[in-house]
Amino acid sequence: MPILEGRGVTKYFGGLAAVSDVDFHVDQGEIVGLIGPNGAGKTTLFGLISAVHVPNPGEIRFNGENITGLKPHQICKRGLARTFQSVKVFPNMSVIDNVALGVYFGESNPNGSGKAYEEAHKLLEFVGLSERTAVPAKDLTVGNQKLVEVARALATKPEILLLDEIMAGLNPTEITQAMELVSEIRTQGITIFMIEHVMKAIMNICDRIMVLHHGKKIAEGTPQEIATSKTVIDVYLGE
Amino acid sequence: MNNQTMTSKSFLVPGIILLVGLLILIPIPFFAPIYPVILLSSIFMYIVLTSSWAMFSGPTGQLSLATAAFFGVGIYAAAFLGTKMPLLLVVFVGGLVSAFLAFLVGGLTLRLKGVYFAIFTFGLLELIKHLLLFIEIKITGTRGRFVVLVDNNKVYFIMLAILVLTILTSYLIRRSKYGLALFSIGEQEEAAEHIGINVTLVKVSAFAISAFFIGAAGTIMATRWTYIDPYIAFNMEFSFTPVLMAIFGGLGQLYGPIIGATIFAYLEELIITKFPYQYMLLFGSILVISVLYLPNGLVGLIQKWRVRTAGGENADS
Repeated sequence: MPILEGRGVTKYFGGLAAVSDVDFHVDQGEIVGLIGPNGAGKTTLFGLISAVHVPNPGEIRFNGENITGLKPHQICKRGLARTFQSVKVFPNMSVIDNVALGVYFGESNPNGSGKAYEEAHKLLEFVGLSERTAVPAKDLTVGNQKLVEVARALATKPEILLLDEIMAGLNPTEITQAMELVSEIRTQGITIFMIEHVMKAIMNICDRIMVLHHGKKIAEGTPQEIATSKTVIDVYLGE
Repeated sequence: MNNQTMTSKSFLVPGIILLVGLLILIPIPFFAPIYPVILLSSIFMYIVLTSSWAMFSGPTGQLSLATAAFFGVGIYAAAFLGTKMPLLLVVFVGGLVSAFLAFLVGGLTLRLKGVYFAIFTFGLLELIKHLLLFIEIKITGTRGRFVVLVDNNKVYFIMLAILVLTILTSYLIRRSKYGLALFSIGEQEEAAEHIGINVTLVKVSAFAISAFFIGAAGTIMATRWTYIDPYIAFNMEFSFTPVLMAIFGGLGQLYGPIIGATIFAYLEELIITKFPYQYMLLFGSILVISVLYLPNGLVGLIQKWRVRTAGGENADS
């Protein structure tokens, strides 16, 4: 059964269809990639899933339940977490406070919030930031701020994690580390839906890839199929 | 970071400060002349207004100019109910009505950002003032009202009690996860929503709690004025002064607004009595200088000085 499912998801900004009649599904335990040229509507689609925008028309189901029209904090409590393309850490708060907030508020029934900082520390260790817990988040590099966002999202105990370009601006070593991180997150039983421009990463770790162009889904398949698909190549390289 | 291990220790120090403060302040009315008692009560009032304002506007960064509106609601609670109920109950009801108003207004307007929210809260003050004026003149046929007179010492003690409760509440909020959430909302509201924080509820609750203390302070202060009308009760000075006091003291720490309000209120009293004609001029100069040279308020100055005397390698951080 798909953990996340969208039917006919559409969103207009003024007269422009940012996302137009997109059907999608993500199965339990999968890593699904979402690619497409700039302005294809990828981040808008993530926004629709996480309730920044409301689809009109369209419907989004999470674990079989219609979550269209819920508030972002309600969706988070149900087990859907995300990171942001333009980094949105809490800049003047320490790294560990950033993550602890996720533990405090993200879970639907927090069990003993006295453990929040312990939990936050574990997560920062997991993403490789355990040395920098007391630093204000704004003092980290953008790459590390993205890791803070990942840790903060994981702190809310999600079933599915939406990652919006966590690898943009990383160097090759960091990209490899980020790929390992994503795989490890999946090993913990968390389903992943990720937007990424780094093709090496997308092709290597995704089970399935969706391609958006001008707000429409133009292709979907295994990395192999996408890499050889004529429509996709046309979109990326021009005809 | 080490929140658990720090808890017991960090409750101790402020606890001792509070206790010593109370031991000094409680006996004062029993032997001091009337003037210092009245002066202290009005300093207490300013601390309550400033700390309450900082409780919400400090962490969220949303500039509320509704302080005078909540204060005025408290004042009118005293005018309407003063003769009908015991004093403490009137103070409590005054706070409650203010909190209720804040809850309503907050629910409607806290989605407004930045300057729009500030303007709205300022408009709220004018709206209530003129609405009340209209009702008083057209319907009840009066313009002003008398408020029951209360003995100075009683005002002093009740104001002190409200002060203690205000500081205690802001201390507890600051230390709780809700304090952290409020701060995160000020930092990056969208991200806060996406990690499960019910942003609207947290903001509105903090706004209402802060309005409770402001309203309560208004209720008890009204008894000192004996006569009130909408212009006296809804005076915009009570919106701006707490903001200035908080900035003067520094917003980063709990004690910033307390120090700011204390010194500011005392200074005002001093200048107004010593130099009644140059009062505004002197006061304005002090304000300009402090904004220019103390960007983080007195707290910033204290912290700088601490780092310097503690010396060593971190001096420049």
